Amino acid sequence: MKLISLTIAGLPCQVQEGITVAAALSASGQDHCRISVSQQPRAAFCGMGVCQECRVIIDGIQRLACQTLCQGGMKIERSGNK
Amino acid sequence: MATADAIVIGAGIIGAACAWQLAQQGLRVLLVDDQLPGATAAGMGHLVCMDDNPAELALSSYSLNLWRGVVDRMPDNCAWQGCGTLWIAEKPEEMAIAEVKKQRMAALGVNSEMLSSQQVAQLEPMLRGGLAGGLHVPGDGIIYAPNAARWLIEDAGEAVQRVYGEVVALEQQAVVLASGQRLSAPVITLACGLQADKLLPTPLLRAKKGQLAITDRYPHTVKHQLVELGYGASAHAAKGTSVAFNVQARPTGQLLIGSSRQFDTLDTAIDMPLLATMLKRATDFLPGLAKMSIIRCWAGFRAASADGLPLLGPHPAYPWLWLALGHEGLGVTTALGSAALIAAQIQQQRTAIDDTPYLAARMFATEESLL
Repeated sequence: MKLISLTIAGLPCQVQEGITVAAALSASGQDHCRISVSQQPRAAFCGMGVCQECRVIIDGIQRLACQTLCQGGMKIERSGNK
Repeated sequence: MATADAIVIGAGIIGAACAWQLAQQGLRVLLVDDQLPGATAAGMGHLVCMDDNPAELALSSYSLNLWRGVVDRMPDNCAWQGCGTLWIAEKPEEMAIAEVKKQRMAALGVNSEMLSSQQVAQLEPMLRGGLAGGLHVPGDGIIYAPNAARWLIEDAGEAVQRVYGEVVALEQQAVVLASGQRLSAPVITLACGLQADKLLPTPLLRAKKGQLAITDRYPHTVKHQLVELGYGASAHAAKGTSVAFNVQARPTGQLLIGSSRQFDTLDTAIDMPLLATMLKRATDFLPGLAKMSIIRCWAGFRAASADGLPLLGPHPAYPWLWLALGHEGLGVTTALGSAALIAAQIQQQRTAIDDTPYLAARMFATEESLL
C-alpha cells in the first residue's frame, strides 16, 4: 500500500494512493466539503458526480471531491467560506 | 361549488400578480395552482426595461415602476438586487444602437447613461478588453421569481385563496378541475402560460425553448446584469435558433448564464450543441467563465404570442374570460404592469397606460378576417 502526502485545509496528511478526495476528507475525520448558502455543512452525497454537493477547491480550482483522485502534493480546501 | 369575485388560473408570476392586484382592489380571488413548474420556475428573473418596440417599452417601464414600489417589502428569499443592466456594445457601430435605446427610454423617463470602452472595463473588469462601450440602465434589477410569486400571494392575505388542482375545462363563468371540483366566479383570468392552449378553442401560443446554466459560487466577479446589445434581435426573432450573451450575478455569487431560443420543441432535455454555442458566446464576453464550474443546466419554455406582445384583455367570444398570456421572456418584468391593466379592465377603470397594443382581441380579429 503506497501512501501519498497532501494537505486538507492546510493540515498535512497521508492517504492511500488511489482514493478519491471525498474519501480522503472522510478519512480525515471531518467529511464536510463545503458550507452551503444557508450555512449548512455539506458532504459527498451521490458519490458519482451528479449532485454537486461535494464541491471543494483543489489547488485553487473548484472540483468535485467524489470525481477527483488524490495526488501527491494536492492542496484541498473546503469551499463556501468566502 | 366554490365561488369568489374572480378566479385566476395559474400561480406563476403573472397569475400571482393578477390575483394580488385584484385583491388590492377588494376582490376575493380563487387562485388555481396546478403546482407544475412553468416559465416562472425556469427563467432568469430579470426586471429589465426592454424597448424593441414602443408597446414593449411602455409596458416594461410602467411595470418596473410598480415593482419599485414593492421590492423593498419583499423578503430576502425573493433575492431582489438593484444591480442595473449593462448593455454591451461589442463593435463601435453598436454604440449607435445604445444611443437610440437611451433616447427611447429617456422619452418615458427611464434613466440611462452611455459608457465608453474604458468605463465598461472599469465597471466590470471580468469583461474582455476591447469592447466598444455600452449603456448602463441603473433602474433594472433581478429577483428570484418563484419566491416573488409566492410572496405576492402571501401579501394579498386572505383575499386570495389558493386552490390546488389542474383546470381541465372552462365553462360559462366557471372552471372544472381534474378532481371534478367546480369553481365559479363572474370573471376568470387565464394566466397559465402555455397550458392555456389546452383550455382555449383556438391555440394562441407557441413554445420558445430556452436553456440556462448556473455556475458555482464566485462572489464579486460580476456586479451588473450583463447583456449584449444584439440581445433584442435574438430575443424577438420569430423563427430559428439563436443565442445571446446574458449573465447575471445571483446574490449567492453564482453566475446565471443565458440565453438561447429554439422553436417547435417541448423536449426539456438539454441540447448540448446549442448549450455549447451559448457558453461560447458567454466566454467571448467573459473569458474567465471558462475556468469556472457549472453546477446545473436546465431548459424551460417561454410562451410566445404570434406578434411578440402579451395578450392582455377579454376574450372577444367570452366576455367573462380575461387573458393574461404570451409574455415570452418578459413575464417577470411585466407582471405587475400586466396585472394592473387586467385589473383595471375588469373593474372598468381607465388603465394607467394605453392598453390597446396588448388587447387579446387582436389575435382573433386576424383569424376572422381570414375566414
